[in-house]
Amino acid sequence: MSKRTVEFELATPGLDAQGRPARIPLGVAAGSAVAAASAEPELGGDHLLLNIGPQHPATHGVLRLVVELDGEVVVRCIPHVGYLHSGFEKLGEYRHYNQIIPLTDRTDYLSPMSNNVGLALAVEKLLGLEITERCKVLRVIACEMSRIISHLVWMGTTGIDIGAFTPFLWMFYERERIYNLQEAWTGARLTTSLTRVGGMMADVPDGFVEALRTFCKNFPKTLAEVDRVLTRNGIWCARTQGIGALTAEEAINYSLSGPMLRASGVPYDVRKDRPYLDYETYDFEVPVGEHGDVYDRYLVRFEELVQATRILEQALDRLPDGPLNVDDPKVILPPKSAAMTDMEAMIFHFKQVMEGVQAPVGEAYFPIENGKGELGYYFVSDGTAKPVRWRIRPPSFINLAALPKMAEGGLIADLIAINASVDIVMGEVDR
Amino acid sequence: MNPSVDALRRVFGPRIGRALVSCGDTIVYVDAGRVAEALRWLKETPGQQYNYLVDVTAVEYRDPERPLEVVYELFSLDRRAALRVKAELSKDRLEIDSLVPLWAGANWLEREVYDMFGITFRGHPDLRRILMWETYAEGHPLRKDFPLRGRFSRAEQVRQALGANPEAHYSMDELSIAETYHELPEDMRERLARGERGVIPEPGRERGRE
Repeated sequence: MSKRTVEFELATPGLDAQGRPARIPLGVAAGSAVAAASAEPELGGDHLLLNIGPQHPATHGVLRLVVELDGEVVVRCIPHVGYLHSGFEKLGEYRHYNQIIPLTDRTDYLSPMSNNVGLALAVEKLLGLEITERCKVLRVIACEMSRIISHLVWMGTTGIDIGAFTPFLWMFYERERIYNLQEAWTGARLTTSLTRVGGMMADVPDGFVEALRTFCKNFPKTLAEVDRVLTRNGIWCARTQGIGALTAEEAINYSLSGPMLRASGVPYDVRKDRPYLDYETYDFEVPVGEHGDVYDRYLVRFEELVQATRILEQALDRLPDGPLNVDDPKVILPPKSAAMTDMEAMIFHFKQVMEGVQAPVGEAYFPIENGKGELGYYFVSDGTAKPVRWRIRPPSFINLAALPKMAEGGLIADLIAINASVDIVMGEVDR
Repeated sequence: MNPSVDALRRVFGPRIGRALVSCGDTIVYVDAGRVAEALRWLKETPGQQYNYLVDVTAVEYRDPERPLEVVYELFSLDRRAALRVKAELSKDRLEIDSLVPLWAGANWLEREVYDMFGITFRGHPDLRRILMWETYAEGHPLRKDFPLRGRFSRAEQVRQALGANPEAHYSMDELSIAETYHELPEDMRERLARGERGVIPEPGRERGRE
């Protein structure tokens, strides 16, 4: 059994006659065959154990991959997750429904607003609440803004992983514009906590609609530039086409969702197949790939950015006036001004804050189409204000489970591209 | 109510328990011993075609008398129909058949349920903890008898965290790739040899409990 540790003499042996540093010959020099053989033990056939992460920029967070390598070929890839485990599901069992909303900001922290929307929708399904028209349209806007920033981060960081730096800057520039809007609306860039059960935390501020329209007008220009730089770029195509390909059957078998599933040719989009928030009334296309490789995942996400902009424009056009929150003091807090002057409002305010929203006995699963895939919230209620069980159906956790299947048999450099193409966010994988 | 429930009853008869509709979702209880068979039937039978396993999870109720439930969320991509299948497990026998032969996606989901609830999936190829580390000894966090802050005292948790060897995070399986087991320090070898997951202490008997 040969020993794996290889020790080389790394110090420069000195200067040659011309004063240049002498080089260690790469080949076996004539007459020194014995010395070379003793310096380089036979490695042929031996597999190497390589640890990637948890602190490594290409793993997009604290993912750790233990890889068995035969030369450059990945023989086995063993992902280790859980470094960011925060026990959100356990915490949720000790909180009122509205108090769970801040926890959802921190799961998929690259698209917090759509997590908030998903959670509110799940609780409203449990309560049997019908939300107002204005609230529905605002939530669509929140979801599509989140999809855009989620895909922008993906495209930028994947570009960096594969070696394209410029799109990263363009993407983060555009993302910053959305973040400014998000900050104007919610007061936060990351921990938005935008929704409440039965409504929203706040209506959009003055000038928001115009600013979002300006974004929708300018954003396609940036996309066109990225398209010009990446889509037919020889290096980009060589690094992505045919890499990590999954067939439609495999993708379904692995329960993949979102762009990962659609890139393999399965036209499943929760917005179309299990519509919520009146998505069936919006005019948009669901892009579907055919090869299921990294390149098709890029194309699908790229087209989803275009479609998300279309949905945003339609939502802005139809944004109705009218009440934002449901008219039910058992669910929605009365305005603070009323709580200070009106006895009844004060009682409702007190009961809301101290006891929380009471859900009937029952259970509900509500999926939404997040940027990463199908994000589902599953609640089981025993009639109290705190859920018996709060389950997050995490799209990036389930998508990541297919990583060994995609990476094994490929090159180590492709493993990085494949891992990037999954679009994971560790806050959600580990929860 | 989803018509698949009646179809299930015709095929599996008394193995199908009660069925109900909650918030518009159909829930059907299946005998825990036959659940893999019923799900295979639901997946492969024309007219059912529940080919997409959305989620696998478990529920423990606050009422300690109620059994644990394993929850399978199914969706048919062809028919756009959803069905939730549940299996009840009594708390002294937390075992159920694995779905990995049916859906590869069940692999990590079942590992998570094992990690969080301590339910053993028979026939699972790689049933290890997934979110908690392999030597985690405080039990299964999502069980109702698990305190929110963990079983051990904070002092004991800190002591264990500081005492852990950050280099010891390879399983025996992974170490066998590089055949470096014999080069490890003595205490690490001893720990690995004791079993990858460590020993889960009996409630009330663990060290450092206040």
